[in-house]
Amino acid sequence: MLIFERSRTGCTNPSQAPDDDSDISGIPTSLLRAEPPIIPSVSELQTIRHYTSLSQKNFSIDTNFYPLGSCTMKYNPRACNKYAMLPGFLNRHPGSSDRTGQGFMACMYELQEILRDVTGMAAVSLSPLAGAQGEFTGVAMIRAYHDANGDDQRDQILVPDAAHGTNPATATMCGYQVREIPTRPDGDVDLDSLRQTVGPRTAGLMLTNPSTLGVFERQILEVAHIVHEAGGLLYYDGANLNAIMGKVKPGDMEFDVIHMNLHKTFSTPHGGGGPGAGPVGVNERLRPFLPIPYVIDDGGEYRWAVEEDCPLSIGRLSAFMGNAGVLLRAYVYARLLGREGMQRVAEHATLNANYMMRCLEDKGVEMAYPGRRATHEFIVTLKSLKDETGVSAMDVAKRLLDKGYHAPTVYFPLLVPECFLIEPTETESKEELEGFVEALVEILKEAKADPEMVKHAPYTTPVHRIDEVKAARELDVAWQIPEN
Amino acid sequence: MPFIPHTEEEIRQMLDAIRVSDIDELFSEIPGDLHSGKLTSVPSGISEMDVGRIMLARSRQDGHYINFIGGGVYEHHIPAAVWELTTRGEFYTAYTPYQAEASQGTLQLLYEYQTMMSSLMALDVSNASLYEGASALAEAVLAAARARKKLNKVVIPRTVNPRYRKVVESIVRNQRIELVEIPFSVTEGTIDIDVLRAFDKGSVAAVVVPQPNYFGLLEDVDTLTDAAHELDALVIGLVNPTAMALLRPPGRWGADGADIVVGEGQPLGIPLSSGGPYMGFMCCRNKYVRQIPGRIVGRTRDDKGNEGFTLTLQAREQHIRRSKATSNICTNQGLMVVAATIYMSLLGPEGLRRVAARCHHNTNILLAKLTAIDGVYRCFETPFFHESVVRLDQPVTDVLRAIEAQGINGGIDLSEDYPELGNALLTCATETRTVDEIENYATHLDRIMSRRSLDPPCAEKVAG
Repeated sequence: MLIFERSRTGCTNPSQAPDDDSDISGIPTSLLRAEPPIIPSVSELQTIRHYTSLSQKNFSIDTNFYPLGSCTMKYNPRACNKYAMLPGFLNRHPGSSDRTGQGFMACMYELQEILRDVTGMAAVSLSPLAGAQGEFTGVAMIRAYHDANGDDQRDQILVPDAAHGTNPATATMCGYQVREIPTRPDGDVDLDSLRQTVGPRTAGLMLTNPSTLGVFERQILEVAHIVHEAGGLLYYDGANLNAIMGKVKPGDMEFDVIHMNLHKTFSTPHGGGGPGAGPVGVNERLRPFLPIPYVIDDGGEYRWAVEEDCPLSIGRLSAFMGNAGVLLRAYVYARLLGREGMQRVAEHATLNANYMMRCLEDKGVEMAYPGRRATHEFIVTLKSLKDETGVSAMDVAKRLLDKGYHAPTVYFPLLVPECFLIEPTETESKEELEGFVEALVEILKEAKADPEMVKHAPYTTPVHRIDEVKAARELDVAWQIPEN
Repeated sequence: MPFIPHTEEEIRQMLDAIRVSDIDELFSEIPGDLHSGKLTSVPSGISEMDVGRIMLARSRQDGHYINFIGGGVYEHHIPAAVWELTTRGEFYTAYTPYQAEASQGTLQLLYEYQTMMSSLMALDVSNASLYEGASALAEAVLAAARARKKLNKVVIPRTVNPRYRKVVESIVRNQRIELVEIPFSVTEGTIDIDVLRAFDKGSVAAVVVPQPNYFGLLEDVDTLTDAAHELDALVIGLVNPTAMALLRPPGRWGADGADIVVGEGQPLGIPLSSGGPYMGFMCCRNKYVRQIPGRIVGRTRDDKGNEGFTLTLQAREQHIRRSKATSNICTNQGLMVVAATIYMSLLGPEGLRRVAARCHHNTNILLAKLTAIDGVYRCFETPFFHESVVRLDQPVTDVLRAIEAQGINGGIDLSEDYPELGNALLTCATETRTVDEIENYATHLDRIMSRRSLDPPCAEKVAG
């Protein structure tokens, strides 16, 4: 039932609204609203019941194992939420002076320093609002760098064919053409193709390492060399930083610019699809182009760097200074982990992925890159199941929901047919990993015995298989008051 | 101190199963010379209790100021239930609802949000949110340019928030879009309509129309909308959502209404929080739905015929279209939408209207009290919503600093962004300000200004 269907004209929550005695005679009548909006008139308790019951229709990390590859769905410590929501932080207006925000800014400055260390970069700006905006920021800096050097014939960004969709979309937003670099059968970048593609038009290469294929790009230094040699810059997509934190630094892999997804590696909540935070790090040559604002320590007092401090900056990406509350959560998380903890995160994320991969392999499940070590995630391919039974990876994903597991990422990366990208994260127990393995193996058996049953899964969720085609064809994106 | 559940024994069992001797062996594919990752400036891990101590001290250090600052984000009462519900683990720790059957809660909520927001704006469609107001405006500019294929000129008046104008510039810079700034009337504080009318018909892709504008003033949105449509340009409304509970919404501006509307959703139950996370909203007419970025949820059926919800029109998005997507945006601000939806439900249309009316009422009182002080004048007599500009007979920065020492945030100094207005102060009183607080502000301002004119500058005090 929709909240609008519970609405009754005249129902108000007087304790939540001011009295109706305000003087609005200063607003011309011609500018006033005539008809009320479709916003429900329901009691406070009705609202609470409605949204509580909606919440119960969700899978979430708190309720289910959620091995969504490339998304790092790890436990979100409650402390991070509690301490980011202290009144002194919540009530501070972003337009108030730096003098009134020294406590908050101390956290931000220290977070910048922590991220600088983790990534091995020269400087960090926290302002990008999400991973995709971090990518935009990074590529915009690459562009600004070439422009500042008068190097304006570089109009291409290279991306491996395994890249996240945000990579090519970002390159387009920055006015670049996209050229794809193929991946070899063993999961590493095809260096010969890369050599043939780079040239005077190459602005840069965007790369995720560990890659989206769940393997570490072993030739990373050769890749860096080839791109740098051609005058291009190397962009690090930090989606998979959880796999190498405290083990390898992107700066040491010779990346020039990186973004991090704090909602992945630093465990800020995914919130049903945001808010994220996508800080960027740069080496010395890109430092002048960092987006504003970022915190500087100005003789013991923190202040925001603004236009005057960095005239070459690519500018501002949001009205204020980024998703401050998300950054505070990441700061709390970083302090809880500490340097030893960060390294253990990477180790155990990797341990869990390799353990699951081995358990599945031992039960005959086919891996996309069997000879390779898993990083913090790995890819299963169900192509032979599809060929044999007609049951697709999506069908298996839906059936997993019936067994109480959120599905892994399906059909990504695009170059592996019928794939699952599985990322268990370091916070899951051995027992949970084994439960998932068993569920998946059982479904593969079901698919052979009764393919039709699996093709119509799920059965135990609040709704059965959703008709997405109908949703797009008969577009219904807002409820209307029924006639009569 | 990471959140790792394994015992030593379990770790051993897992390593044995993988057939490696230790965890380091799992990293054997990483070239040896890259194993240099020792962290040096990350401090050692501490307990939750110790982290709590640091955070509490820092949040207290920032103190609590009586706030008269607006400028795009506003202090409002947030019902206790909003964040109690929003931080339920089932909302807080879910991800983008790619698996619709396991995400009906988030999906239905987003559909309800889209209904409320599109109706509040009187437009057909709302997306499921963007990052925040300024970048939402940039996305609207890009969407309008896509809709008007051959045109690349977008008019942004100077009465639009200067930070928004900078953000739009940073984001659209590399997409061959020409942003044209148009001036305002220095006496009225609103867009100079004659400048807009002087553009050649068919030369402009879109015109941004703010309501209220950055000065808090009400623009003549009907005339502006009609004038923009006369030029064959799209109208991008940039509005405050609280105001729309009281004011005529953009879908009803002029003869045909605005085409795309964006704004900052923070006033709908989201804390100020030093700048974020907030949420941007974006609504449009049906005919532009394929041009707008961001998630959109549709109502549909499952294979048993039951009502259900799913992400739809994903062919616009980066994970399908890659380099041809409408935007690179991936996440939205899902959790903030949860808060905004619950906020709107708790207030209802009548509650929201009363909040809006009380904000206007309080700002009226604020302006009356402040302009009763010698040396403080109304900058514009134009009707306002819940914010307006006063002019002082002395530099605003110094006055604001002295007021801050009294525990009051007085407003925004406009002299840098709008030197043509002189010593101008943008100030605001929402429904959260009491008459006592307003009088207290006026008393201190009076004292500070008169003392400064006798014996400037005022001695600086430390905020308590």
